[in-house]
Amino acid sequence: MSYITSLLSKKTRVIALFIAIFSLSVFKSFAYEPTEDTTKKAEAHTESGKFDAGKLITEHIGDSYGWHMWGEGHNAVAIPLPVILYSDKGLDIFMSSGFHHGAEDVVAKNTYRLEENHIKVVENGVVNEEATEKLTDLSITKNVMSLLVSAFLLLWIFLSVAKSYKNRVGMAPKGLQSFIEPLIIFVRDDVAKTSIGPKYEKFMPYLLTVFFFIFVNNLMGLIPIFPGGANLTGNIAICAVLACFTLIIIFANSNAHYWRHIFAMPGVPAWVLIILTPIELLGVVLRPFVLMIRLFANITAGHIIALAFFSLIFIFGEMSTGAGLGVAVLSVAFTVFMGFMELLVAFLQAYVFTLLSAMYFGAAIEEGHHAHDEHHAHDHAQPEAQIDLV
Amino acid sequence: MELIKPAIGLVFWMIVTFAIIFLILKKYAWKPILDMIKEREEGIEKALKSADDALETMRELKSSNEKILAEARAEKDIILKDARDTKDAIINEAKAKAKVEADRMVAQAREAIQTEKLAAITELKAQVATLSIDIAEKILKEQLSSEEKQKTLTSNLVKEVTLN
Repeated sequence: MSYITSLLSKKTRVIALFIAIFSLSVFKSFAYEPTEDTTKKAEAHTESGKFDAGKLITEHIGDSYGWHMWGEGHNAVAIPLPVILYSDKGLDIFMSSGFHHGAEDVVAKNTYRLEENHIKVVENGVVNEEATEKLTDLSITKNVMSLLVSAFLLLWIFLSVAKSYKNRVGMAPKGLQSFIEPLIIFVRDDVAKTSIGPKYEKFMPYLLTVFFFIFVNNLMGLIPIFPGGANLTGNIAICAVLACFTLIIIFANSNAHYWRHIFAMPGVPAWVLIILTPIELLGVVLRPFVLMIRLFANITAGHIIALAFFSLIFIFGEMSTGAGLGVAVLSVAFTVFMGFMELLVAFLQAYVFTLLSAMYFGAAIEEGHHAHDEHHAHDHAQPEAQIDLV
Repeated sequence: MELIKPAIGLVFWMIVTFAIIFLILKKYAWKPILDMIKEREEGIEKALKSADDALETMRELKSSNEKILAEARAEKDIILKDARDTKDAIINEAKAKAKVEADRMVAQAREAIQTEKLAAITELKAQVATLSIDIAEKILKEQLSSEEKQKTLTSNLVKEVTLN
């Protein structure tokens, strides 16, 4: 999917640029009036006052200590979030509003300064990089807050659904329950049963949790304003933790057959094993690594595309108001289109992560059928290869 | 580079939060939900199977009903045929009896008639005889009423008697 998305995005960007240049040349002839207004409107200006799309995008897809709502600079409105820092001098807890958007230092056990969205330790008015390195940052950042919100959302949704199951024993699903049930049955029948086999029930809680965690957070990421908007599933830390959980479950459930296939593939001559075993061992770690990268790249790409389209408005807006307005129409149209794509991607990536996890679990608990080993290797390789295209 | 460097704080909170979500949902959501879905599916399967069974029983019942009905119909036919036969037999017997009786009565009547006839004839004969005697008497009386006549008769009778 990332492949298709990136291809599409390249194409659409080229088209958008082309149309934008065309509209610019038209507007320039009778609507070219560079005003101070346009430059003031743009967000994320560099020191020189010019609009910097790269900075805007990096800020939006990255993490921050406060939850920015609107406005900029000293007039910005942001939800303050707790900052939790641990250093040699002890634990410091304060609200992110204390920084006043980087204008003031916070004096606690250390003196902290917010620089380029990073907290630095300041000593005698100078940033001490060595002390900053030693800082353990457990702050409730925008992403952590979003994680907590989605955690409550997940708990609320599924506990209420579970309640309605208890209240309506043997009856047809109703309301939220009837929206969730097809997804649960989809994960059970099309993901777990087909990939893991008869022992699928053991893995269902993890697969369902991962599926709905990724799906809900992907969707929340598409909502532009609080409590959405955080690029949570497009954050490498989140993806890494999810992939690590999958790896731990693979290790916890793997049997002798699985390890024999990695260290000594049956029916392979010894000299080939010298090459094959390191590759197989690498594969064990590489699989969850690819899981992480796939989810991270897909979701981040979606956010970058949407932001890039909006940045176009301000880039052209700096040239002339007319051009900015002209591009705005196109940008919004493309972003709406990409929004629908992202809705699909939100589901697809949740599905792919769950499916691949389920397939790895299936491989880990598979019992040996040595007569069919070649067929097995083939059967497993194919769907994986297909999904790697996504 | 900033993007692909996992932040330790986020990793920590993610592990804690995800583990909590997982454990709570596992115990209080996934287990009851999956159990209920399974239970319901089994219930539906069972209901479908019992419906099938009921249909099968119905079909069997229907076929046995039809068999019984056919048997009853056959029996009815036999009974009807028997009844018809009996009726015919009774009628025939009655007819035969009636005929015999009628014949007997006719014969009796004929006999009576014969007897009556004979009696009538006998009486007639007797009456005729009486009448004949009366007439003969009268004629004799007439013929023997005068001397002359007696002589004539005697002479005639004498003439008639030819001595051979």
